[in-house]
Amino acid sequence: MGLEEKLPSGVLLTTVEGVAGYMRKASFWPATFGLACCAIEMMTSGGPKYDLARFGMEVFRASPRQADLMIVAGRVSQKMAPVLRQIYDQMPDPKWVLAMGVCASSGGMFNNYAIVQGVDHVVPVDMYLPGCPPRPEMLIDAILKLHDQVQHTKLGSNRKAEIEQQ
Amino acid sequence: MTDEKKVEQPAPEQSQDNVPAPAGEVHPVGTRRGMFGVHGSGDTSGYGGLVSPIVYPAAAQRPFGGWYDEVADALEERLRADGLDHAVESVVIHRGEITFHLRREDVVAVAQMLRDDPRLRFELCSGVSGVHYPDDAGHELHAVYHLLSMTHNRRIRLEVSAPDADPHIPSVVGVYPTCDWHERETFDMFGIVFDGHPALTRILMPDDWPGHPQRKDYPLGGIPVEYKGGSIPPPDQRRSYN
Repeated sequence: MGLEEKLPSGVLLTTVEGVAGYMRKASFWPATFGLACCAIEMMTSGGPKYDLARFGMEVFRASPRQADLMIVAGRVSQKMAPVLRQIYDQMPDPKWVLAMGVCASSGGMFNNYAIVQGVDHVVPVDMYLPGCPPRPEMLIDAILKLHDQVQHTKLGSNRKAEIEQQ
Repeated sequence: MTDEKKVEQPAPEQSQDNVPAPAGEVHPVGTRRGMFGVHGSGDTSGYGGLVSPIVYPAAAQRPFGGWYDEVADALEERLRADGLDHAVESVVIHRGEITFHLRREDVVAVAQMLRDDPRLRFELCSGVSGVHYPDDAGHELHAVYHLLSMTHNRRIRLEVSAPDADPHIPSVVGVYPTCDWHERETFDMFGIVFDGHPALTRILMPDDWPGHPQRKDYPLGGIPVEYKGGSIPPPDQRRSYN
């Protein structure tokens, strides 16, 4: 019963959400927001040994208008916070934020007046990645977990229901 | 045979440069109580009871020794010629480095002389730093200029002080353009206003930030860090076990 049995073999069925999620995660362009030491690890994971290109992410778009993911790599000072918010606002939907390293997640070792204690005071964060700095493998792990999240994002009224639930 | 008698050499740490100023000849500028900002009781480490004086080395007497005399003589001659005899309040030589303490009104004129006179020729100013001595009433804020002469391979330091009530020091940007951003930083961190600076605004903190962070009475500004089942206070509040 159902549509599956009436179709000839060789036809695959899926959902719009599945396809959209797959398309979004397979070509997930990051925006460069490397601020401090974590930027070195981010650059390394884009390099040949810990390749991000195998996940479709080797193009780090310099322009936020062309980017899907903002990886906040490094400590955000009080002076940099409005700039961070402006870059985030310039990214078109759908967009995600990955707080890389302890300084972006919670202020890190810099518990003082000059550093914003966690970038979630400024932008909504989807994935927190601890580490000082996190190894490239850790960054790739966080990105893959984020890919899972993107794949399973619901669309339309399903998404509204999901948000109501949370 | 056994080892021969070695020629008696003063140990490096006992050389002339490193001998501390004789007792009684230092000028105290305040005291430091407790390490890590601990106040009152409750600190079981013993560091809370530490009281150490902050002292300044005393003024050096002529002859200074080495090339210091040449520089001091050349400067004095130029100052006398321009009628600024009392610009240099004192000269301190400590650990092989010479510091000229100046009156703040004359810092630009003295900097000009130091840069232009052929015997002095201090072309490079590494920058302006600020210092805050909260206990030294009337001279709380200091601005320190480090000068290097590349032609003569010499380094001197100029120090200027200003009271907290009137934190103005003339700007040396006309003489040493490098000091532009350094003076902005000193203004941002200490609140020393440099008169005559082309654009004195905050450079490290956001433009509307209240207070001057590197002063001794400015708090660290940390927040308590929360973990599951506990929270750790910021570092400057950590050692009191009250």
